[in-house]
Amino acid sequence: MSWLLFGAAAWLFIAGLWGIVTSAHLVRSVVSLSVVQSATYLVLLGVGYRSGGKAPIVADIATRSKLVDPTVQVLVLTDVVIEATVMALLLALVIQAQRRFGSVDPGDLRILHD
Amino acid sequence: MSTRARLLVFGLGGVALAAVLALGLGGLPAFGHYHGVYGRRVAQIELGARHATDYVTALNFDLRAFDTLGEEFILFGSVTGVALLLRALREDARHELARTLEEHSFAGASEALRLTALLLIPMLTTLGIYLALHGALTPGGGFQAGVVLAAGPMVILLAGRYLALKQIAPDWILEAADSAGAAAYTLVGLGGLIFSAVFFRNFLGLGTPGQLLSAGMMPVNSAAVAIEVCGAFLLTWTEFLDQSLLVRR
Amino acid sequence: MTVLQTVMLVLVILSGTAVALISEPLHQVLVLAIYGFALTLLFFCLQAPDVALSELVVSGVGLPLIILATLRKLAERRDREDA
Repeated sequence: MSWLLFGAAAWLFIAGLWGIVTSAHLVRSVVSLSVVQSATYLVLLGVGYRSGGKAPIVADIATRSKLVDPTVQVLVLTDVVIEATVMALLLALVIQAQRRFGSVDPGDLRILHD
Repeated sequence: MSTRARLLVFGLGGVALAAVLALGLGGLPAFGHYHGVYGRRVAQIELGARHATDYVTALNFDLRAFDTLGEEFILFGSVTGVALLLRALREDARHELARTLEEHSFAGASEALRLTALLLIPMLTTLGIYLALHGALTPGGGFQAGVVLAAGPMVILLAGRYLALKQIAPDWILEAADSAGAAAYTLVGLGGLIFSAVFFRNFLGLGTPGQLLSAGMMPVNSAAVAIEVCGAFLLTWTEFLDQSLLVRR
Repeated sequence: MTVLQTVMLVLVILSGTAVALISEPLHQVLVLAIYGFALTLLFFCLQAPDVALSELVVSGVGLPLIILATLRKLAERRDREDA
């Protein structure tokens, strides 16, 4: 079952893309984008995992024990927090789009003619 | 492009993407058999070299502190973008609307909700400070602590007192916190440059592993990032809520 | 993979697919919070407590608040333009 994690990541990536393509509301596209991003977290954490490894914190275990890789956890950790602010920026753009074009349907957005 | 054409293009592209993903992800080492050298090397030297027991925070704020500098400024840039976009929509009629805010629909929060909020605020603030300072010892660190600290004042909103939140955390405090956190982090890095000729080298005393004031510059960096993330999140939230509660345009 | 990890992964797949399939943004927000919680449990089972902490706070508190405030602003503006 070791392929399940990477298969799940690929499935979530494509499902999120499908959500973006078939959305009739810009906010729905933004939420599906966050699903796409979380697929990358799964891949990163899956790469760094070691069978039988423990969390990379040696405050209470022996320093010589088998640990999972801490490098990929650093990447995912900062990514999770930054994703929220980038989503906020996208949603601010959605509010601006509604003010300019009057609708939040992606099909109704046109180039401004003035 | 019509919906049908869009779905057709996605169908073709999706099949190609699935094939490429299967090829790529299938070529990785099997799940659980990590072969990387960097992780094992870090695990060997970290405790002796930096006196830190939490390797993830140690990597974040010491060994790879330069990456965290870049990510922190991505955060800073996005929040600046949000403030730029949403403040352009604000009018000067805020003070009139503020007086009518208490009749707003959710100002009638129930007593149970207000009591829960009162209990939650000190707990969240304490947890946030604990996570920020103990980043190098136990699971924690600047980023988590910043979000937990920002959630504290937001509970005031849930209790129906948005104006009280605006009085505790007006815009200038949040902007100052955001900028001060980012600047403090960069100054610590420059301190490494000045005192040890390497940008972001750990130049403070290392102390005993397991104590609060150990691991050199890690608690300082962690606290700076926590202040910055807290200011950034509160600024974003209040910008969005100002839009829906105070602006009439 | 242990049994616990497999169960959590199945939960993640189900809730992630649900988020992508729901068409109303307001309903998506609730399922997004559930999806974030399932991801948190999966990260715990993959021996990553720091990551689980930040995922819990961000997807439980951060994202739903911003999305709900945006939806409210959009609905208010639409009502005002209809009136």
